[in-house]
Amino acid sequence: MNRYPLWKNLLVLTAVIGGALVALPNIYGDDPAVLISREDEREITELEADAVRRALSLAGIEYIGAQERENSVLIRFDSVDRQLSASDFLREELGPGYVLALTLMPRTPQWLASLGLKPMSLGLDLRGGVHFLFEVDTEAAVRKRLEGYAEDFSRRLRDEGIRRSAQALDGRVRVELRRAEDLAQAEALLTELEPELEFDSGTDGEAAWITASLSAARLRELRDNAITKNITILRNRVNELGVAEPLVQRQGSERIVVQLPGVQDPAQAARVLDSVATVEFRLVCYGENQFEAARIGRAPIGCELLEDEQGQPVLLRRSVIAAGGQIVDARQGFSEDGQPAVHVALDGRGADAMLEATQENLQRPMAVVFIEQKREQSEDGGEPVTREERKVISEATIRGVFSSRFQITGLNIVEARDLALLLRAGALEVPIFKVEERTVGPSLGQDNIDQGMRAIIAGLLLVVLFISIYYRVFGMIATLALGANMVLIVALLSLLQAALTLPGIAGIVLTVGMAVDANVLIFERIREELRNGNSPQASIRAGYDKALVTIADANITTLIAALVLFTFGTGPIKGFAVTLSLGILMSMFTAIVGTRAVVNLIYGRRRLGRLAV
Amino acid sequence: MELLRLRREIDFLSRRRIATVVSLALVAASIASFAVRGLNLGIDFTGGVLLEVGYEKDADLGAIRSLLEKGGYGDAQVQNFGAARDVLIRVFPKEGVDARGQGEELLGVLRGGGEQVELRRVEFVGPQVGQELTERGGLAVLFALVMILLYVMLRFQWKFAVGSVAALAHDVIIILGIFSIFQLPFDLTILAAALAVIGYSLNDTIVVFDRIRENFRRIRAGDAQGIMNASINQILGRTVITSLTTLLVLAALFALGGEALSGFSSALIIGVIVGTYSSIYVAGNTALALNVSAQDLLPPKKETGNDGAVT
Repeated sequence: MNRYPLWKNLLVLTAVIGGALVALPNIYGDDPAVLISREDEREITELEADAVRRALSLAGIEYIGAQERENSVLIRFDSVDRQLSASDFLREELGPGYVLALTLMPRTPQWLASLGLKPMSLGLDLRGGVHFLFEVDTEAAVRKRLEGYAEDFSRRLRDEGIRRSAQALDGRVRVELRRAEDLAQAEALLTELEPELEFDSGTDGEAAWITASLSAARLRELRDNAITKNITILRNRVNELGVAEPLVQRQGSERIVVQLPGVQDPAQAARVLDSVATVEFRLVCYGENQFEAARIGRAPIGCELLEDEQGQPVLLRRSVIAAGGQIVDARQGFSEDGQPAVHVALDGRGADAMLEATQENLQRPMAVVFIEQKREQSEDGGEPVTREERKVISEATIRGVFSSRFQITGLNIVEARDLALLLRAGALEVPIFKVEERTVGPSLGQDNIDQGMRAIIAGLLLVVLFISIYYRVFGMIATLALGANMVLIVALLSLLQAALTLPGIAGIVLTVGMAVDANVLIFERIREELRNGNSPQASIRAGYDKALVTIADANITTLIAALVLFTFGTGPIKGFAVTLSLGILMSMFTAIVGTRAVVNLIYGRRRLGRLAV
Repeated sequence: MELLRLRREIDFLSRRRIATVVSLALVAASIASFAVRGLNLGIDFTGGVLLEVGYEKDADLGAIRSLLEKGGYGDAQVQNFGAARDVLIRVFPKEGVDARGQGEELLGVLRGGGEQVELRRVEFVGPQVGQELTERGGLAVLFALVMILLYVMLRFQWKFAVGSVAALAHDVIIILGIFSIFQLPFDLTILAAALAVIGYSLNDTIVVFDRIRENFRRIRAGDAQGIMNASINQILGRTVITSLTTLLVLAALFALGGEALSGFSSALIIGVIVGTYSSIYVAGNTALALNVSAQDLLPPKKETGNDGAVT
């Protein structure tokens, strides 16, 4: 007789029912939705939420639900068209100070959501979106710090009347002293100034030198700091773009990964995220001849020779009135004459400087310099080089005194929009460089889901049909196991919230094929035992027992391959490894324990003449 | 129903000379093509920019090419992707050019032609990342083979371990060879497929070995070749059925999974066919060539009692 103890039957039952429950949220689908939050990240008040609802009703845009969620209001729509028109309308209606993000919200019923159950999360290749991998130029952070030290050193020694030169070189600060007899005093001064640095010194005939370098711990700290600050800035920029569930995360020692699911304008995201563009406000060197300076290629003292967008030379004072870092707010808008403009507001210090500069220079021209860092592959194929590009985007006569609020013109509308966003979100601490981008448009994502689902269903049907004909009752039992296997994979993916990708779907399809293998092994073994003249009950028992070792051995080796894939793979490959491993593990349970429970229920308690296998 | 009710055993292993010749020829051809033509590596490995766009009508590739040429992308590869409206454009990294913004720039060039162009996919991989992926991919395959070698040694015996790894290497080389000979695009998903084939083919091999081990322990008499032949015949039903079900789903994936998965599924289809063959011939042959015998698999003393008790 073949009977399972009660606990085993209960285990199978619990697993299947529990799995079905956890997998349930996946059948409800999503609603297109708009997520509204305040730019200052304060909670949206009841009043504001009401205003939004009223505004939508007044405008005649139907929505199917509005709920408060964390610090934001979520409004659901029954179609993407309504969602888009609502978002355009609300953007206009609410004005600045609010961030709107388009997203898809799962339609999970309240009772499931309150159990903490969620549908699977879809990877970027299925829902559309962008994936960026940025490399942080941490060397720039180190260089900047060393240059700071070199300046401090030089100043300190000058104050003591020591003749010296100091510069940052090869990861160290090197100070050259004219007179060797100053060495002891200079070294004491510098050590006192920056006790954390590691100093070294020596004499060279009449002269002497001191080098200072950063300890390994300080270096690491500096690099980490640069990355952390950049991540903060990137988060700000992502928030400005209006993306619902963004991911900004450090990867390895000097990379940052940014994922923006469902972003509406991938091109803007690509332009804005790694931009190190900023602006400077400077006075024009009034009364100097810029064409003469351009001809001889040298600027008068205190001036710098730059070009404007038409390539015409412009002479600017070297001293900067205010720079991008002092801008506290920036909005894209239009100037009085209808040109695209960025309206900016300066902080207190910047405003004071601007007030002073405009008072003293009435009727004289002031210029806005646009600064951008570009990275180019070097000719010899080595490390890319970074080049700073400065150009004068606007030059205007100061007509009146102003301080904190004014506007920047001389940009087209896209440039103005991007610049406003960049100035709001803050400048990156050190440059970052895109080393990988994967963008999937929303329509391709939907195609991928549809095609993947069709492949799974067709594959499943073919296999089910085949084994049901080939193994009859046992084949149908295996079909049940296959169904349970699918439910459990979906349940586990939902629980783990591991993103399902297109290769992940391929992994599931492959699992369908391979999960049957365990049952094929068992059933073939049972047939063999029957052929050898054993009784049906004994054949069932022997079939399961003998096949067990084989199944375990075979599946463990496949698991090894899947684990290696998981360890070495990135993004989509990881998705394949995850579903394949889960599939194998679940199939061991459903194909061995699950089918045995059913077989025992059907055949276990009676004497059998023959088996339908 | 039974597909295979064999009257008598098929003598697989007496034909092993032919099989060896066939296998060696295939492996040699693969390696030769690999050395001469190399793989048609995708931008995942080479770095570069890939753009997939959708047109409203069937796309005119010639017009697109001349548009791109005017935009300064004369060396771009242009081809249809799946449907006549979908176009795939690849640009390889070039010295002195910043590739970071090229995806958007390419789209701008295409839209400059006046037609509605929908952006479906952009991929940009920096040369450095490509290099890393290539190294990691190679390492992954090697690492998987070593881990599997160790596991089989532990569970079976070193002659079997060598046999199974020979079979796996055989499969992977032939898959790479086919991708090289036909210059099919080789990207990350194909690498994943190759690793999945390692898993699958091994699965098959282990099942064969498992039966051989069982028979060696049970039938002490008889020559190794005879026992191995009998074992292969005993599990032939399973081998065929499993390969068939797997091929069924792969066929579904190939036919319905869309262009994005067609390379992946064709690599797996090749792999499953080659893997099934190799688990019968390559794995067994290698073990036989190493003079595998019943002695190699005598179980440790304490297990002898369990052996008979199951039946």
